[in-house]
Amino acid sequence: MSIFVYTENISGAYKKAALEAVSYAKTVADMSGTDVVAVSINPTDAADVLYKYGASKVVTLKSDALKNFNPKAYAEALATVVDGVVVFPHSTDASSVAPMLAVIKNASLLTNVVSAPVAVSPFEAKRKSFSGKAFMDAKAHGENVVVTISQNSFGIKENPVAGSEEVKEVSVSTEGLTVVNQEKSSGKLDLKEAEVVVSAGRGMKGPENWGMIEELANVLGAATACSKPVSDIGWRPHSEHVGQTGKAIAPNLYVAVGISGAIQHLAGVNSSKTIVVINNDAEAPFFKSADYGVVGDAFQIIPALTEKIKALKGH
Amino acid sequence: MKILVCISSVPDTTSKINFTADKSAFDKNGIQWVINPYDEFALTKAIKLQESQGATVTIATVGDAAAEAVMRKALAIGANDAIRVNAEPQDSITVAKELAKIVEEGGYDLVLCGKESIDYNGAAVPAMIAQLLNKPFVNACVGLEVNGAEATAVREIEGGKETLSVKLPAVIAGQKGMVEEKDLIIPNMRGIMSARTKPLTVKEPTETDVKVSAVSFDAVPARAQVKLVSADNLDELVRLLHEEAKVI
Ligand SMILES: Cc1cc2nc3c(=O)[nH]c(=O)nc-3n(C[C@H](O)[C@H](O)[C@H](O)COP(=O)(O)OP(=O)(O)OC[C@H]3O[C@@H](n4cnc5c(N)ncnc54)[C@H](O)[C@@H]3O)c2cc1C
Repeated sequence: MSIFVYTENISGAYKKAALEAVSYAKTVADMSGTDVVAVSINPTDAADVLYKYGASKVVTLKSDALKNFNPKAYAEALATVVDGVVVFPHSTDASSVAPMLAVIKNASLLTNVVSAPVAVSPFEAKRKSFSGKAFMDAKAHGENVVVTISQNSFGIKENPVAGSEEVKEVSVSTEGLTVVNQEKSSGKLDLKEAEVVVSAGRGMKGPENWGMIEELANVLGAATACSKPVSDIGWRPHSEHVGQTGKAIAPNLYVAVGISGAIQHLAGVNSSKTIVVINNDAEAPFFKSADYGVVGDAFQIIPALTEKIKALKGH
Repeated sequence: MKILVCISSVPDTTSKINFTADKSAFDKNGIQWVINPYDEFALTKAIKLQESQGATVTIATVGDAAAEAVMRKALAIGANDAIRVNAEPQDSITVAKELAKIVEEGGYDLVLCGKESIDYNGAAVPAMIAQLLNKPFVNACVGLEVNGAEATAVREIEGGKETLSVKLPAVIAGQKGMVEEKDLIIPNMRGIMSARTKPLTVKEPTETDVKVSAVSFDAVPARAQVKLVSADNLDELVRLLHEEAKVI
């Protein structure tokens, strides 16, 4: 049987996390001697994008009812085409659909998976647990398995194959859930997808000082984040709070400015590949979990660092 | 209105996470247990609805007798009564099935959960309950108002927020924003005293169809020692990030 993958899109465009999920599905398919079928709901991007990462078939589900996100209706629509092993990104939306699909298919659910499977039958893989403080090797019982891939953990791998597309109309009920309104701040990079994140804590003293953080993020093409107290006081929106009780992220580069590095903060960011810590307290615990550190005043270091990176990038 | 809040008892956030010598299970020695932080937002929201709309609030936990300390804390915060399913949680589906059964038997109008538990990080139980009950589901909820048989929920979406009208009964999984951190209720002496006499019913589990099991656990490997760069030599930091780490 083919390996299925749900290719999530935002306003029609495939998410980076969807391409990562296809890359993962291709690895599972190679281990199982089969192929990858990608299933999308109302995409506008061409199916070719997905062939490049290893999907040899793309099933495009079309439905007016599914214009707005509705986890239950999405799960029911997907259930009409998928079977066996189904891979999802562990994004907010996809990870709401995956458990519902697992119930419909009577499947084992492995969420927050971070590496290629140890075995495919029965399916066994390493997943994040204890808020990133540990890994758990988890084993599925039975052949139906739903897997969600922790974002930025596996990576996107090109694996071009020849592919074909099938378009299907689906009709499912969206009863009980109606979208009233959407507010989007345009142009902001999604924190969970970002490859570089510049984050700041209480050491910034006040919201008026965030301009320099945003400028550094700008030159790095980074998303911005913050520690919990910063969003609790209202200096920054809740959506930027990273850590055990905020978002868990795994960028290539995490720059932490004026953040002490409490265990709860680390829990959400220690999957980052490279960590840079800037703090005026040489004893700040964060230095123990960093790859690179600068002891000193952020108010002097950040503008200077921004200039140097600008120069490197030839601005 | 009848509200059920699903509460999970988890290691305190400062806990050092250790495993048994054969790495097959979490080592509970010396662990302090707390209400899962996300569930605390859901519980506080439920208590606010109890105050403003006369709702009754029941809490439900799947856990062994050790979970009762955390359940008494939830009762001290203001829940009316509690149900404990006497089972060590095995996987998300067995937990979800026990909780869905409680919802069916009790005829609850609203089921509130935290979006994820901070121990096994399944982020699965709330959505599973909704699917088992065939009811609407809202995840990552950061705002909730109830008006009769309808709720208005705000959820986080990428780069923004979305407001939804939800027909009750429904399952809603919350996080910070459902109530603010500063509005979390700290039990007072009266609450703690009255919690001792509030009903806590124990039910035996019925679900045994486990779908996922833990083979082993491992701590996250420590990073190599930090390379410190002088604040006067940021060129060196830029060089390291560019040439060594290759991240800029
Ligand atoms: C249940 C629970 C859950 C939690 N979950 C999270 C979570 O998800 N995420 C999270 O972040 N926290 C979380 N916390 C809070 C966590 O314990 C810490 O309190 C928090 O991370 C500290 O934030 P901070 O480092 O910004 O502030 P502080 O602890 O105040 O540290 C500020 C740092 O800035 C440095 N500094 C000050 N001025 C300067 C300057 N001019 N230049 C450079 N450095 C400077 C200081 O030396 C200090 O190290 C949680 C706590 C609890 C109890």
